[in-house]
Amino acid sequence: MGIVSRGFSGRRREGGDRLPPGQYLVEDFPVLSAGPTPRVPLDRWEFAIDTEAEQTHRWSWQEFMALPMQTPTVDIHCVTKWTKLGTSWEGVSLDVFFEDVETTAEYALVYSYGGYTTNLPLEDLLDGKAWIVHRFDGEELAPQHGGPARLIVPHLYFWKSAKWVRGIRLLNEDWPGFWETAGYHNYGDPWREQRYEGD
Amino acid sequence: MRRRLTWQAARLHEVRDETATARSLVFDVPGWPGHVAGQHVDVRLTAEDGYTTQRSYSLAAPADGDRIELTVEAVPDGEVSPYLTEVIEPGDQIEIRGPVGGWFVWRPENEAPVMLVGGGSGVVPLMAMIRARRQAGSRVPFRLLYSLRDQDRRYYAAELRRPEPGLDITYVYTRAAPPGAARPAGRITLADLAEGGWPADFAPDCYVCGSTGFVEAAADLLLTLGHAPERIRTERFGPTGD
Repeated sequence: MGIVSRGFSGRRREGGDRLPPGQYLVEDFPVLSAGPTPRVPLDRWEFAIDTEAEQTHRWSWQEFMALPMQTPTVDIHCVTKWTKLGTSWEGVSLDVFFEDVETTAEYALVYSYGGYTTNLPLEDLLDGKAWIVHRFDGEELAPQHGGPARLIVPHLYFWKSAKWVRGIRLLNEDWPGFWETAGYHNYGDPWREQRYEGD
Repeated sequence: MRRRLTWQAARLHEVRDETATARSLVFDVPGWPGHVAGQHVDVRLTAEDGYTTQRSYSLAAPADGDRIELTVEAVPDGEVSPYLTEVIEPGDQIEIRGPVGGWFVWRPENEAPVMLVGGGSGVVPLMAMIRARRQAGSRVPFRLLYSLRDQDRRYYAAELRRPEPGLDITYVYTRAAPPGAARPAGRITLADLAEGGWPADFAPDCYVCGSTGFVEAAADLLLTLGHAPERIRTERFGPTGD
């Protein structure tokens, strides 16, 4: 047990076993980003997967909209300590985008409009673990929350869920992204409290 | 290579009231490794029964040896900030882990002019940059645009009132302007940033910190004025966004 702070009793909010260590519950939806919010017109929007063999698969907004949609409801955990339970999204599973992608790469570098990047093992994007979403809570995804479309990978800290997603580059070697080169953990599992490098 | 961040005992040395709802807390953290202006720390509080909770707070000043300073605003209905602003007394201990964050930072060796845009308690990491500039004897020109509700909400009032060569400050009052103020109360505008900031041609490094609504508005205005998106660094503040 850590040092006891005299006079502190705390709130003990609900959350139970859905709250990872060091997290607290919020009801609203905080925003975090490193720079200005990019505005991406839908007629110029595209999402791409670039393989290690330099094959590129592209989807326009219309092509994205024509894919089978799912409506995942998931808990999300931000490294800045907030957790939001039961968030509901609408979008396309990464498994759908990867159906015709031939790859033996083990790593993915996700990149966004505005220049943001984040890395994760490719297997963390597959088998129903990640989506490209365009709606939150029944509404169009707001620009400050990553609209028109963002990645969500709810089993990792939320900085891995890149806003304004533009594409995924598949790599044979791991390539650390924006926060991963700025002192944050390379993998970011909230249940193992992997916040910072070395955790 | 960075060292692993571990929890360190921090003993409160002194407190200074900034406003009716905010205070600065100076902690002694033996073995503090130093930090860069703009970084933050994680704070962990533990109750007698072992319950713990964590929050992040910006560092308000460069380290003074093992001594670090935070400024904390009491958040209504908050869990940690009321403890830090109303309960903790000099001699009491908490735990701190850090420093954290390698992006929203200013280093004295940076030579570009600096534009600081702070809303409310978002001024805290910007004050760390102003103090780091002073400590380093830097001549990099700084401008601070500080948006706040009214005069009673002003942090670091006496320190910012003292003239400092190379630092220009513009106050934007959103609810109540002081008597005689040329600018009526209201939210930050393009004109405020055009007059209180640097022209985009000077290619300043812009640091914007405040609530989500404030940061969205100020960063959009900077883009409208022609500042390059890669020169605008943002940090959101507050208990949660809005």
